[in-house]
Amino acid sequence: MRLLTHNMLASNIKGVANGFPLKIEVGQVVEKHVDLNPEFLKNMFAKLDYKVLVEASKTMGYADLPEQAEPSMLESEDFLRKLNHALLELHLEEGALVCPETGRKFPVNKGIPNMLLHEDEV
Amino acid sequence: MPHKIAQIRLISSHPEVYEPCDDSFALVDALQADCKNLIGHRPNICLEIGSGSGYVIASLALLLGGEAWRPYFLATDINPHALKVTSETLKAHGVHAELINTNIASGLEARLAGLVDVMVVNPPYVPTPEEEVGCEGITSAWAGGENGRTVIDKILPVADKLLSDKGWLYIVTLTANNPSGLCIEMKKKGYESRIVLQRSTEEESLHIIKFWRDPEALLEANEAKMSNKAGNGNAIGSLLSQLSHVFMEK
Repeated sequence: MRLLTHNMLASNIKGVANGFPLKIEVGQVVEKHVDLNPEFLKNMFAKLDYKVLVEASKTMGYADLPEQAEPSMLESEDFLRKLNHALLELHLEEGALVCPETGRKFPVNKGIPNMLLHEDEV
Repeated sequence: MPHKIAQIRLISSHPEVYEPCDDSFALVDALQADCKNLIGHRPNICLEIGSGSGYVIASLALLLGGEAWRPYFLATDINPHALKVTSETLKAHGVHAELINTNIASGLEARLAGLVDVMVVNPPYVPTPEEEVGCEGITSAWAGGENGRTVIDKILPVADKLLSDKGWLYIVTLTANNPSGLCIEMKKKGYESRIVLQRSTEEESLHIIKFWRDPEALLEANEAKMSNKAGNGNAIGSLLSQLSHVFMEK
């Protein structure tokens, strides 16, 4: 699971009001190269919760993203490379996503988060 | 030059996972036929609901992956075995999609709303007794409940939520699902539609429908709603005038 996906996921348990962001518990992180695609990154930047991305990438062991970002920084290749790395190259291979409200854990195995709910959570 | 799609010999399998069949081939053929438009569409995010063997999402990733423009691919399935198989199929073709084990798009609806530019769905569309819907394993790949519409009718509102303003939805349906009725219902939500592929096999008659948001259809739908309201308003108005008549007479 990439951190862009993490940025799109929220706890789906019935009755949870603030299910975002899910806290990441790291078992194993893997890195896979992704070619830089500036236009895609620029489009996605507008949709991102950047602060959540910064925290998530720190949890995954990558602390090079600036704390604050604004659209003008997308002209800098250095920033785009960092954004590319954090969003697309880091994968949570094993671990869990934790609902911020209830503490319920959604396991991540082989890079696939299991968001299936139990009957009493739907 | 024909665009690449997934190769059958590279599709992984599992006893509890639906193998690519006529419906899967019809959907991929429809995507391939629309490939030029899809590339020109420059989607940022593509989502498949119910990826099964991974044949469709791998084909979509191959069709769109050769360009400088590379979208982000997401795929969900309720069946964990299916995601394992999808993952192996993607790997065998050298493409990547983010996989999520979930029911339809549960967990994604809040944050992914309005962001999906291309959505593909080969839903469980076979008419079955209602209690078979949502059963574990391979049954979840085909059991569609009454008229095969139970799951389709759950997916369409989710699609409406997730699709971006320029979003396209490709969905496999059967004659028994009443495809033209589906188009009329989606028109009320502001979607234009076209049956992009129709194919009769020995067992079923398949229709691949493409839906897209159309500002005019939305306007018409809103006007229809407004005139309904206005109609009600008139009814109340005439009732009031009749009442006032009654009072006047007294």
